[in-house]
Amino acid sequence: MNRPDLSVEIAGIKLRNPVMTASGTFGYGEEFAAYVNLEKIGAIITKGLSLKPKAGNPTPRIQETTGGMLNAIGLQNVGIDAFIEKKVPFLRTVNTPAIVNFFGNTVEEYAELAERLDKIPEVAGMEINISCPNVKHGGIVFGTEPKAAYSVVKAVREATIKPVIVKLSPNVTDIVEMAWACADAEADALSLINTLTGMAIDLKSRRPILANVTGGLSGPAVKPVALRMVWQVAKAVKIPVIGIGGIMSGTDALEFMLAGATAVQVGTANFLDPAASERIAAEMERYLVSNEIADVKELIGALQV
Amino acid sequence: MQFKATIIANQEVSPGYFRMRITAPPELAGAQPGQFVMVRVRDAIDPLLRRPFGIFDVGTVPSEYPGCSSATYLEMLYKVVGKGTEALSTYHHGDHVDIIAPLGTGFDLGDPEEEKILVGGGIGIAPLYYLAKALVGRSRVRFFLGGRTRDDILCVTEFERLGVETYVSTDDGTLGDRGLVTEVMERHIREEGRKKTIYACGPMPMLKAVAGIARQTGTPCQVSLEAYMACGMGACLGCVVKGRDHGDETPDYRCVCKDGPVFAFDQLMWV
Repeated sequence: MNRPDLSVEIAGIKLRNPVMTASGTFGYGEEFAAYVNLEKIGAIITKGLSLKPKAGNPTPRIQETTGGMLNAIGLQNVGIDAFIEKKVPFLRTVNTPAIVNFFGNTVEEYAELAERLDKIPEVAGMEINISCPNVKHGGIVFGTEPKAAYSVVKAVREATIKPVIVKLSPNVTDIVEMAWACADAEADALSLINTLTGMAIDLKSRRPILANVTGGLSGPAVKPVALRMVWQVAKAVKIPVIGIGGIMSGTDALEFMLAGATAVQVGTANFLDPAASERIAAEMERYLVSNEIADVKELIGALQV
Repeated sequence: MQFKATIIANQEVSPGYFRMRITAPPELAGAQPGQFVMVRVRDAIDPLLRRPFGIFDVGTVPSEYPGCSSATYLEMLYKVVGKGTEALSTYHHGDHVDIIAPLGTGFDLGDPEEEKILVGGGIGIAPLYYLAKALVGRSRVRFFLGGRTRDDILCVTEFERLGVETYVSTDDGTLGDRGLVTEVMERHIREEGRKKTIYACGPMPMLKAVAGIARQTGTPCQVSLEAYMACGMGACLGCVVKGRDHGDETPDYRCVCKDGPVFAFDQLMWV
């Protein structure tokens, strides 16, 4: 049979396959260039960006847990000026869409960032982080209250003509309500899930292991929760959904597509296998070949309940 | 680079401490002292993340068969502290591990005229052997090795065989001098004589003491740090330490994995 079609489209961004790298697990792409062919993956999503450089949390910031890891990095990043000067030139050399994840402390900051990113030709689209659970002021409010989410997405929408993806937090009572609010504000797509708030304790010292006390859980441990939420949201909204949560293999990725995802993001897997995103795309292709499926899009939402 | 390695040997050199030799591609012969490797202990999700280990030694052995190419090997010295190292300690000759190496910024060998003072605490000697190998023959090298008790003193013979003057101390006096390695080292640093450079690796309290001595005596000093990390390539930002100019408004975090693990002591914030 002919090679299957793995291409998908998210809000006008054409992806050669559905595999993107999740923000915060892949630096700015350049860090991984020696280990993975960046032109074999769907898109690169860069580390969450703010207007000013951000220091992040004290250490320890990470802790492995059974089948997963906790992180409380605290959104350390270089800020938009250094991003434009030092990171964009590399992204220009790679023939793969770059999507920039960003966050602000206020609606105005979100809008200002969107306006500035809108002017950068190398930026194919934006992913708004309204969901990082580590920052005491800012993200968390926008990510858990539908009205606040609506206002921030609306402000970004008005500041850019580029595709806008909203990354949703699983740390809410009803994720569908959040998804509706973002879709009402004319988001182009939704990505989920961000990390689940968790913690780890050291019995010997009777102290939390992370300096921030709590952190975000990611990795294979969260996959069942992520699948459930992707399925719920994909049923409820008309815009494309991007599935994230513990994807380690092509099988995992295809399960998310059955649940309704148009594309997926690979996160924690990049840490242990820097070529994970490329490998997962290849595994998806092999599955399509051996099951004689001509187009990966046939699987989107094909779950039989 | 990323490669599958075969374990050649995995020997318990002292209770709870292992020395592992694995096969490596020829490019690894160019690894710098102080660089490290990330080991995927198992192709499974528990333990999930790779584990970082300093490079204890890299070398090349001639082929056993005429006409065949020589073989490069890499050695790690590790202490069993958790799930990852426990699993690693059960491996035998012929087993496989997945490796990313060499990673990070290593030691600066500096001016050969200077005397080189190496200070290692416990498992902190791991990156110092490969460093000593690179330094002997160029410079005078003295090695100060400390541990809690005699079982924590590793590979003394190996260092001596290189021709390094080795000074051992233990907290409980069961081997060598009784006392802290930094106290023994300080006496030698304060000796008159040629200019000296310190290279140190060990637990944080030891490194702090070494940095204090370096500052007081105006001696250049490089420290190799240990940190939890998920990726080893500067992406996860889990392993950061505060740089000299760090402030809340002016973040100066350095990645142990990429900017380090070796730092000039005066580049870091020690409080």
